[in-house]
Amino acid sequence: MGTLIESSTITQITSDMIKITEKPIDIPKVIETASSLGAGAVNVFIGTVRNTAHNKNVVWLEYEAYEGMAVSETRKIIDDAAHRWPLLGWAVSHRVGTLKPGEVAVVVAVSTKHRKESFEACQFIIDKLKENVPIFKKEVFEDGEEWVGASPKSPASAQLN
Amino acid sequence: MRVRFTPYGITREITGGVTEIELQDNSVGKLRQTLSETYPAMRALSSLMIAVNQEYAPDDKVIQPGDDVALIPPVSGG
Repeated sequence: MGTLIESSTITQITSDMIKITEKPIDIPKVIETASSLGAGAVNVFIGTVRNTAHNKNVVWLEYEAYEGMAVSETRKIIDDAAHRWPLLGWAVSHRVGTLKPGEVAVVVAVSTKHRKESFEACQFIIDKLKENVPIFKKEVFEDGEEWVGASPKSPASAQLN
Repeated sequence: MRVRFTPYGITREITGGVTEIELQDNSVGKLRQTLSETYPAMRALSSLMIAVNQEYAPDDKVIQPGDDVALIPPVSGG
């Protein structure tokens, strides 16, 4: 009671701020959600589906998420970022389902007073998302398919992407 | 004890739709060990994390009846 701001952690969260969605990501909406009148920078990372992997043509990717935990793990990353940089706003959307080359798989947007911390925070969030958030990707090629990173013998796990 | 779990990604293909397993003791470590013995393909994974109630759980975590247990193979979002 009476402690609206206990730390630099952003305590208010809406469903627009962390989204796992089967629909195409509304990029302007993600940016708008992250924006703040006090910010001099909005940094946006857009991850897209590449048309090749291991020198083979990617036909499509299948993404799936453990949705509840994906949201809670993303929240932890944001809390961590908010302790490291003075975030004024942020939003993360990740798509699930079948995506073709060129489609947008993930969007991370952060706003800060100055640009330097916006770059750093945005990179931190997408890097940690790739490490910790329970989202899984299967690459489907013309001649087969592979869960990315699943096997130590697969070229994918050596990419550390 | 019989433990129900939700397998994600490649672990769903490895278990072939099975979502229950009988354990000698109800620890996360025992679940991991029993899965590896039952499904040799689990041993070929780069990693296998177990989540209990949407938190990554250490091997000594005890699984309680009704817990939400999930198999988390290597993640690859982004």
